[in-house]
Amino acid sequence: MAGEERNIKVKIDNVKKIYNSRNGEMIALNGVSLDIYENEFICVVGPSGCGKSTLLNIIAGLLEPSSGKVYCDGKEVVGTGTERGVVFQQYALFPWMTVKKNVMFGLNLQGIKGAEAEEKAMKYIKMVQLEDFLDHYPKELSGGMKQRVAIARAYAVNPSVLLMDEPFGALDAQTRTQLQSELLETWEKERKTCFFITHDVDEAIILAQKVIIMSARPGRIKEIVDINIPYPRTQETKMAPEFLELKNHIWSQVYQEYLEVRK
Amino acid sequence: MKEKSKGGKIPNKVWLLISFLTAMILWYLLSLNPKTARSFPNIVVTFGAVKTMIGRGVFWKDIQSSLISVSAGFVLGFILSLPTAILMAWYRPVRNIIEPWIQFVRNIPPLAYVPLIVISAGVGRKPQIIVITIATFLIMTITIYQGVINIDETLIKAARVLGATDKDIFLKVIAPATLPFIMTAVRLGASVALTTLIAAESTGAVAGLGMRIRSLNNSFESEPMLLYIIIIGIIGITVEKVIKLLERKLTGWQEKREI
Repeated sequence: MAGEERNIKVKIDNVKKIYNSRNGEMIALNGVSLDIYENEFICVVGPSGCGKSTLLNIIAGLLEPSSGKVYCDGKEVVGTGTERGVVFQQYALFPWMTVKKNVMFGLNLQGIKGAEAEEKAMKYIKMVQLEDFLDHYPKELSGGMKQRVAIARAYAVNPSVLLMDEPFGALDAQTRTQLQSELLETWEKERKTCFFITHDVDEAIILAQKVIIMSARPGRIKEIVDINIPYPRTQETKMAPEFLELKNHIWSQVYQEYLEVRK
Repeated sequence: MKEKSKGGKIPNKVWLLISFLTAMILWYLLSLNPKTARSFPNIVVTFGAVKTMIGRGVFWKDIQSSLISVSAGFVLGFILSLPTAILMAWYRPVRNIIEPWIQFVRNIPPLAYVPLIVISAGVGRKPQIIVITIATFLIMTITIYQGVINIDETLIKAARVLGATDKDIFLKVIAPATLPFIMTAVRLGASVALTTLIAAESTGAVAGLGMRIRSLNNSFESEPMLLYIIIIGIIGITVEKVIKLLERKLTGWQEKREI
C-alpha cells in the first residue's frame, strides 16, 4: 500500500462522550482522534466497556458525541447516512421479512423498487452465497447465515464505509473463521473502508491493516499497531512468526487494560 | 417443539377425544351423586333445555344479544387501546400518568363498578358495552404497550442506518414488530370480553346469556343454566381457535411463540 495516495474517509476529531447515569457522570470516551483512510481496514480491540461500541455508534450517527466532531468525506456527521453502513452483533434482521426482503429493505427506502431492486439484492445475496435461501425467514437460518444476510443488506445500499460491531462475536469458532475469510475476500474485491470492532485479537490481526488498541474507561486510543502482513491472508497466516509476534504484543496491551478494568 | 412423554405415540386428536370422554364420564358421575345432581343434570336433560329455551322464545335472542354486546365492547376497547398503548410507549409523560391507573383499575372486578355505570348510563345496551369496553381496553392496552416497549432497539437502529425516516420506522418496523403483541392482545381481550359478560349483563339487560343465567338462578332451573354456561364456553374456545389460526398466519415468522 506504500506510496499510494490515500484520502481521509472518516476523521474523528477529539471526540468525548459522557453518559449521565444514576451513579453520576460516566466518561465513555475521552479525547479520541483518528483518521481512517479510504479503503482502509481498521480493527478496534479493547476490554469490555472501553467505549469501542460507543465510538462506532457515534461514527454511524446513532449517538451524538458530547464534544468533538466526526467527519465523513469532509462533511460533519449529523445523524445516520447511507454512506455509512452498519453490521450489528445481534444481526438485527427484520424477522417478518424473508432473506430477499431484508436485503432489499434499504434499496426500497432509496426509491429503488421492483426488478432493479431485486437484481441489486441478488448480487449481494450471491456474494454471501445464500441464493438458495431467498424466501427463508431469519428464524429458519443459522447464526452464520443470519450474519451473512446482514452483511449483504449493509452492502446492498452501497455504503462507502462499513462499520461492524463485533459482527462475528456470537458465532462458533468455525463459522467465525469462515466468515472472516469471506469478509476479507469481499473487502479485497470491493475495497470499502472497514471499521471493525472485536475483542478477538486473532481476528483483528488477520483482518486489519491497522489495529487500534483502546484503553479502559474512560476510552482512549492507547496504541495504533500497523499490521504489515501482505494480503491475501489465510488461516495459515495465523502460524506465521510475524503474526504471533503482533499477537503477543497486542494481547499483552489489551490484557493490561483488562487488569485496569478489574481494579 | 414436540414434548416427549409416555403418551408420545398417541396422536393429539385421540388425546382430545380421551379428554372429552373423561369429562363426560365425570359429568355423568356428578349427575348420579345426589349431592351434586341438582347442579349437574345429565347431558341429555341439559341439552334438552335448548328446546325449552327456544320454546320460551329467548334462546336465539340471548345469544344474539350477548354477541352484540361482546363484539361492540371488544371492538371499542381495541380501537381505544391501540393508540393509547402506542402513546404510552412513545411518550414518557403519557405513560407515567396513565399506567398506574390502568394497573389499579385492572385489579378491580368489573361487577364492583357496574352499579356506578348504570347510575350514569342507565340500563340497556349502553352500560353493557361500556363495561366490556373498559375491561377489554385495560387488558389490551397493557399487552400492546408491553409489546411496543419491548421492540428490539437494534431493529430500529438497523432501519435508521439503512436510511429509514421516522415515518418509515413507524410503518415498516414498529408496526410489524408490534403485530404479534397486538394479536396476543386481541386474544386476551376476546377472552376478557366473555368473562366480563355476566357483570356487563347485570346492568338490567333484557336478554343475554349472562342475564339469563342470573334470572334462571331465581327459579333454580339448573338445566338451562348449565346449558348457557356451556354455550359461553363454546363461544370462547371457538373465538380463541380462530384468533390463534389468524396469529399463525400473520405472525408465523416469529422466533418463538409464547403464552
